[in-house]
Amino acid sequence: MSVDLSLLPDGGLHWLGASGEHAGIVLSSRIRLARNVAGFAFPARAREGERLRVLHQLRDVAARLPSLRDAAVVRVDECTPQQRLLLHERHLVSRELAGLDRKDEAPTAGAVFVTGEAGVMVNEEDHVRLQVFRSGFDVLGALRAAETMDRELGSELPYAWHQEFGFLTACPTNTGTGLRASVLIHLPGLVLTQEIAKVLQGLQHMGLTYRGLYGEGSDVLGNFFQVSNQTTLGRSEEELADQLVRVVRRVIEREEEARRVLLRDAGYIIEDKLWRAYGTLSHARNLPADEAMNLLSGVRLAAGLNLISGLSVYTLNKLLIFSQSAHLAQMEGRALTDGEANLARAKYVRQVLANEARLAG
Amino acid sequence: MICDQCRENDATVHLTQIVEQAVTQLHLCERCAAERGIETAGSGGEKNPLGDFLQAVQQQTAQYPGDAARCAYCGTSLRDFRASGRVGCSQCYGAFEQSLRELLRRVHGSTRHQGWSYLPADPEIVTREITLQQLREKLHRAVQDEAFEMAASLRDQIRGLE
Repeated sequence: MSVDLSLLPDGGLHWLGASGEHAGIVLSSRIRLARNVAGFAFPARAREGERLRVLHQLRDVAARLPSLRDAAVVRVDECTPQQRLLLHERHLVSRELAGLDRKDEAPTAGAVFVTGEAGVMVNEEDHVRLQVFRSGFDVLGALRAAETMDRELGSELPYAWHQEFGFLTACPTNTGTGLRASVLIHLPGLVLTQEIAKVLQGLQHMGLTYRGLYGEGSDVLGNFFQVSNQTTLGRSEEELADQLVRVVRRVIEREEEARRVLLRDAGYIIEDKLWRAYGTLSHARNLPADEAMNLLSGVRLAAGLNLISGLSVYTLNKLLIFSQSAHLAQMEGRALTDGEANLARAKYVRQVLANEARLAG
Repeated sequence: MICDQCRENDATVHLTQIVEQAVTQLHLCERCAAERGIETAGSGGEKNPLGDFLQAVQQQTAQYPGDAARCAYCGTSLRDFRASGRVGCSQCYGAFEQSLRELLRRVHGSTRHQGWSYLPADPEIVTREITLQQLREKLHRAVQDEAFEMAASLRDQIRGLE
């Protein structure tokens, strides 16, 4: 069975808008709250019938809530494998909910409710994974929006709750607040000046952790890091989010400083390297995904250093998501082999950059 | 080579100790090494809260061989939890409370939630949902056991509550 993903509000990609603070460096801010419905076994332990009942209950409740009544509901288990991958590439569903680690099989009654800036995953590791995305660096704005949705949802849906431990989750690493506050941040300056190891080590001392572009278990590609809180219990949501904001603010300052040092001490080398990245992206005929990610990172840095003008951060953000394989397959209207995807990627990136250059010129 | 301590398992950790210039050798299995607080290559490494957490469960269950203890509600055992890192339902937090409390403290440095409070709008709804779920579980088992009279009675109770 197939599902019409064109019905997603903003394509579920509101956060690509590059409208927030420090949008050149921080692509997006995200708040995730893990919740479970009292009276049902957690999804991994629940039988199909239970999982379906959780989904139906959530659907009924969402229809009455101002923040969720207009949400598009996508049954992930009814999507084609390509559509599931596409939802994952847009950060709307996790690898687990998309069933990417199981052979073409998504968990029964897995779903996602998508509104302009929020997505609610259903029957992932927990019954409910409420996510709010904001463009740029706006963790606290996302937290306020998530709190509103959570209070609405919690007033209608009986949450699994413990007087001492707080919100109960399938994995005890999420127990308490169930909060994962994160930013997706681009740190090429710190990587090129070889300061990154120190910074990442510092994050861990401050109670934070980092992952790759696609969260848990994903590789760090293109100098994109997802930085988030490590613990969820014993401190309030605001304290956890504040800590992330304070530390990320310092990381941004260090990234800006590293970029200044690069320009000062290695100006023409950097300039040459970044223009070469732009040249390859503008002319290549065959572009593997990892290479594209690294070159896009270079071009993003070039735009941040004002070496290349006329390239908007929005376009750079869009390229990052739309040059991935499920998006390319959707544009081409058919499934693609890896080799075909590399050709389609090169074509797509060339077209977008040429358009952008024409508009700027 | 057999473990010097338990004399049961194969020794995989080999320690050379030098005390006042006397050299002694000790051969231990992983479990006895862990009991003595010796970190092996598999147990050390970078900071990984979930890894630490699961290791702590493992050590606990090694001390209390009753790791077959099960949650009466969803049937998850401590052994299942150790394997998957996930509990099966909210009732597991009661069933394994002592173990979980200790582990939450290890992972988060605290066991007391300090965040947003939660008051269900109607506690009766929660109680009803839990009762309903328990009845559905019983119904499922009764059907499996072909205890049809009991199943019919359970079905009526469920309809009444719904």
